[in-house]
Amino acid sequence: MNTAINALNELQPSGRKLRQQRTERVIRVVLACIAASGMLITTGVVVALVRPTVQFFQSVSIGEFLGTTQWFPLYEPPDFGVWPLVIGTFSVMLVAITIAVPGGLGIAFYLNQYASNRVRRVLKPTLEILAGVPTVVFGFFAISFIGPNVAAKIWIFSDVGFYSALSAGITVGLMILPMMTTLAEDAMAAVPKSLVEGAYALGATKRETCTGVIFPAALSGIIAAGVIAMSRAIGETTIVLLAAGSTAYFSFDIGQPMQTMASFIGFAGLGDQPTGSTGYLTIFAVGSMLFVITFGLNVLSRRIVTRFREVYE
Amino acid sequence: MSTTVVADRYSADLKDSTSASRKRWDKVFLGGLWLSTLVAVLTLVVLILNTLLRGYTRLNFALVSNFPSPFPEDAGIQAAIFGSIWVVVTSGVVSLFIAMGTAIYLEEFADPRGRLNKLITLNIQTLAGVPSIVFGILGLAFVARGWLGWGFSVGTASVVLTMMVLPVMIVSAREALKAVPSSLREGAYALGATKWQAISKQVLPAAVPGIATGSILGVSRALGESAPLILLGALAYVSSNPTGYDSDYTVLPLVILKYTQEAQEEFQAVGAAAIIVLLLLLVTLNMIAIVIRDKSRKSW
Repeated sequence: MNTAINALNELQPSGRKLRQQRTERVIRVVLACIAASGMLITTGVVVALVRPTVQFFQSVSIGEFLGTTQWFPLYEPPDFGVWPLVIGTFSVMLVAITIAVPGGLGIAFYLNQYASNRVRRVLKPTLEILAGVPTVVFGFFAISFIGPNVAAKIWIFSDVGFYSALSAGITVGLMILPMMTTLAEDAMAAVPKSLVEGAYALGATKRETCTGVIFPAALSGIIAAGVIAMSRAIGETTIVLLAAGSTAYFSFDIGQPMQTMASFIGFAGLGDQPTGSTGYLTIFAVGSMLFVITFGLNVLSRRIVTRFREVYE
Repeated sequence: MSTTVVADRYSADLKDSTSASRKRWDKVFLGGLWLSTLVAVLTLVVLILNTLLRGYTRLNFALVSNFPSPFPEDAGIQAAIFGSIWVVVTSGVVSLFIAMGTAIYLEEFADPRGRLNKLITLNIQTLAGVPSIVFGILGLAFVARGWLGWGFSVGTASVVLTMMVLPVMIVSAREALKAVPSSLREGAYALGATKWQAISKQVLPAAVPGIATGSILGVSRALGESAPLILLGALAYVSSNPTGYDSDYTVLPLVILKYTQEAQEEFQAVGAAAIIVLLLLLVTLNMIAIVIRDKSRKSW
């Protein structure tokens, strides 16, 4: 009898064990709190944007915002027609995409099917270094080199001055080129080897394998990469601020200065806008647009990947 | 697309296209690939040469030891170097701490298919896609003004950069934890270790190199970031080093931005020289990451 009770007592956790269990539980809760704290940031972003945006639209009508074409919110009297910013944003983005998407695809094909190991060992770190160059350095590159030596030379439709959407777009395109390459190459690397080898066995050349087998098989990943690149180009601030000038003209000529949504926010932030002034609220209204557009594009990109991925095996 | 479709298409191609035209298109295609690659490589080479050519005249000791000056030949970037160190070290340490906690929770504790895990992962993906200037808006609304009201200070900039690099840090910390083989954990459990003992004594030490490499990447991002700090007063004319978290500050990317905008060519040279300093710092950081990665390469 006594021995049985003793045995039962031994089965009870000792004080040390209990303490240990409690510590484990506390650690788990603390870690969960830290992990969840990241969500505060997203909530913070949304809250920070919503209230001032609502305030903004209490003093500026949506009709004026979307229905007029003059954007001088920091002048007296101010104009709040947002279209010049929208056109500027999409012009810079389109120029950037025109460079980054085909260029990134080209390098990715090259790395995936053509490059020898030796070439790859040089090219990959080069792309990594390029990806790590800060945007302000690209901005300097834009006004000291791309603007005068590239943009001004290739644009034959109008005189390209010191600031132009073209110069900003080209530079943004070069900035996102490494990211586009990496994402496209990841998508291509996921194509099963058997498909590629099947194509070669049928006598297809490398080009035919790239365009006829790898490209369609990796298409969902490539489109998703392109959408991410668009989102990056739309959100880029510093390069555009430096290279495309600070006036928002209602014009479709990319040889002229333009302002994007992001570069407007940067420009307005250069001057100290008093809290609550319409100029200050404009930053948040434009910021909301920018956030909604880039968020939408990122969601779209994830959808494309999950919805249209070809699953092999 | 199934393999048979591909096969059909190519047997058709083989029949009706002459091999000469196929070969020609092969060459055109390869030419296009070379051109793309050349553009990337040339961009890096020209960018570096262009900066060196414009900045080498000001690459002297006065550049790093002087404070800003209305005379370009005296203008220096000491305040920006110290500002960058303050801001980057702070945001690096804080975000590393949060990222480790998040990664350990997600990889070691949470049910991988649980709702909280999915929500947190989705949130990290969302944060990674937010344009950096929007973090500046967040900082402006809640940290510089409004709720915290810290003004345009070292503390504000550190908070904003912490939030910005957090997604990068979390993703790389998770990768590092994932790379630790589960046999290590199971061995610890078999010896009677509790979960936390297994994590802190076995998993974390094994993941340190991976986490270190990832956080150096995050720190490099913070060091080069300019957009959010434009909104947070970092463009101000600052002629002293920070002394605390409430100090005025400026950082390297922002003095570069300022000097780049100056009309005078001599100031542009200061900007270019500052770029060289910034790039050297980034290269050093990345070298450290590469050394850590190579030194600690283990096969499990």
